[in-house]
Amino acid sequence: MLKKTIPATWLAAIALTAGSLLAGPAHAGKTLDAIKARGQLVCGVNTGLAGFSQADSAGNWSGLDVDFCKAIAASLLGDANKVKWSPLVAQQRFAALQSGEVDILSRNTTWTLTRDASLGLNFTGVTYYDGQGFMVPVKNKMTSAKQLKNATVCVQSGTTTEKNLTDYSRANNLNIKPVVFEKLEATNAAYFSGRCQAYTTDASGLASIRNKEAKNPAEHVILPDLISKEPLGPAVRRGDDEFFAIAKWVIFGLIEAEEYGVTQANVDAMQRDSKDPVIGRLLGTTEDTGKLLGLDKDWLVRAIKATGNYGEIFERNVGPKSPLALPRGTNNLWSKGGLIYAPPVR
Amino acid sequence: MPPLIAPRRAPAARRQAWSWRSRRVRGVAYQVLVVLAIVALAWLLVGNTLQNMRLRGIQSGFDFLAQPAGFDIGEGWLPYESIDPYWKAFLAGIVNTLRVAIIGIVLATFLGTALGIGRYSRNALLRGLCYGYVELFRNIPVLLQLLMWYLLLTEYLPLPNEALRLGNLFFLSKNGLSFPALQWESGHWFAVAGLLLGGIASGGYMRFARTQFERTGRPLPVAAVVLLLLLATSWGGWLAGGAPARFAFPEVAEFQIEGGAALSPEYLAVLLGLVLYTAAFIAEVVRAGIASVPQGQHEASASLGLPRARSMRLVVLPQALRLITPPLTNQYLNLTKNSSLAVAVGYPDVVSIANTALNQSGRAVECIVVIMAVYLTLSLVTSALMNRVNQRAVIKER
Repeated sequence: MLKKTIPATWLAAIALTAGSLLAGPAHAGKTLDAIKARGQLVCGVNTGLAGFSQADSAGNWSGLDVDFCKAIAASLLGDANKVKWSPLVAQQRFAALQSGEVDILSRNTTWTLTRDASLGLNFTGVTYYDGQGFMVPVKNKMTSAKQLKNATVCVQSGTTTEKNLTDYSRANNLNIKPVVFEKLEATNAAYFSGRCQAYTTDASGLASIRNKEAKNPAEHVILPDLISKEPLGPAVRRGDDEFFAIAKWVIFGLIEAEEYGVTQANVDAMQRDSKDPVIGRLLGTTEDTGKLLGLDKDWLVRAIKATGNYGEIFERNVGPKSPLALPRGTNNLWSKGGLIYAPPVR
Repeated sequence: MPPLIAPRRAPAARRQAWSWRSRRVRGVAYQVLVVLAIVALAWLLVGNTLQNMRLRGIQSGFDFLAQPAGFDIGEGWLPYESIDPYWKAFLAGIVNTLRVAIIGIVLATFLGTALGIGRYSRNALLRGLCYGYVELFRNIPVLLQLLMWYLLLTEYLPLPNEALRLGNLFFLSKNGLSFPALQWESGHWFAVAGLLLGGIASGGYMRFARTQFERTGRPLPVAAVVLLLLLATSWGGWLAGGAPARFAFPEVAEFQIEGGAALSPEYLAVLLGLVLYTAAFIAEVVRAGIASVPQGQHEASASLGLPRARSMRLVVLPQALRLITPPLTNQYLNLTKNSSLAVAVGYPDVVSIANTALNQSGRAVECIVVIMAVYLTLSLVTSALMNRVNQRAVIKER
């Protein structure tokens, strides 16, 4: 009896797995139509990472990753609030995007070759240049990550972090023992309970966690060593070039707006008075750049009104005056010594 | 169990070669149809998935299993390095799952049986304690129990450099439980050989004691003699092997305890949580089994003059075992499957490894299939073994 049931059970098992991928639409290239018909952009965000995506007690989301979705929603639908937030843990995120559960994934996701080439998605650009670091308790008196010999390090699974940690441990012969958790909350709890000698994730994430989760943030220090490059940015499903282009150019537009001094406060005045042809193109007074993207001429004006330019988004959520107090550093404009650079809007 | 009523057989004369009116033929036809429908559905689903994945440029296939995994695993019995291929990482995860499942099943069985028998104790306090235990542990979700044990272990134990210690041998801290590890040497094989010899000798003694008991009706001491035999032979073997006793002792280093062997708090939390939870269910299974043995059996063994403990062991439990075994199998399967919750407290079981592999390689469907195959195999093997046990326990018709 037992032997006979095996193939049937197997088939059922495979069918179940397959079923999970059937949820989404089978066609590609209709994302924009679907969003317009729905009247809502579905945006996959982090379940809770201060400064990047975080919900307050009233259910309002804020953060750097959140603002890019708001800007795109404003651009597409004319209203930054027409976004349905879909909080995702690290392992869910790619499946959620692949299956069509979310239209765009804006969830501090690192752009890597493997992800770009094999996961059926396209990265739309870099919104934050990050690197993986370590946080340690001040009382352990560590000054460099090289001192973590034989240490136990807490890490969240489903990220590029585990592999970077292993590579670093191997290259420096440190024999680091990872303790891997599925949920961010569990990882935080384990580190702050003293189970691990160090916590590793992207440096921005460490700052966010120290600020929000530590009983006394001054008791923890983020080591200066960055062990990887982590360019974070939103991603869209592959196979819909129109929507890919829109997501990409809203981000570029916000960067270009900062470069030319267009802000949330002065965007109306600029649109009315500016004689600069570059600003004319950005704000749709001289040339209709929106038409080329399948939008109207005010596409970028609405985005800037909703969230401000790139610099304003950065300052409000993670910048020196925000609770995270991250320096602008590599995330400054290219013209000010940073890496943030947008191809021209023309 | 053998059928109670013999199936009625159709008279030979009425058997026909082939007809839709024949129940047998229709039966076969229905079965073929059902199987075809299932195959077609599976074909459709798999085909659709593959097509969708191809359309979106998602790569698929199990070839990634041979590629280097590139991530480390925190603990485990299988030697594993980050340059090893994915399949070896999965294997390390499976070994970690088995480490919880097998040890957990053994401990839960002992604890559960003790608790179940305790429900029949004459001591009201003991009876009440067993009752309270069962009601408490089986009514709290197991995930909460795991998280609670992990919190207790990591939050309230001291830091490694101020660990609770028993001499220089045992250290209990946020790093887990560290204890001296025996360094295996060839001399130890003599001790193992001695133990085997002792096992054979005690088998002989047990048979002798049994025939003696059946002949004279006077019981010989069994447990004590067997224990002595085993101890004596293995100790003799160890001496013959040159009495090797080199231990690796744990030491307190700057941030943690190094050397010796250690059980991590993750492992302890998973094991403790699963054992205590499953033991509550096993206790109920054992209690139900004992309750199923007719009162007359208790009375009969009492009238033979058997003391209560021996009556339980020789008369009641063997009969109860018939009813205990099938639901016990369910509990074993539950424990094994519940071990997949280990990922919540950071224990690198097969699900945790598959999660990481899934993220590194992007092969979601494949990794889920591996997890399902692992649990399916474990469950089928467990049931097959338990079915063997059950066959030995059923009533033998002589």
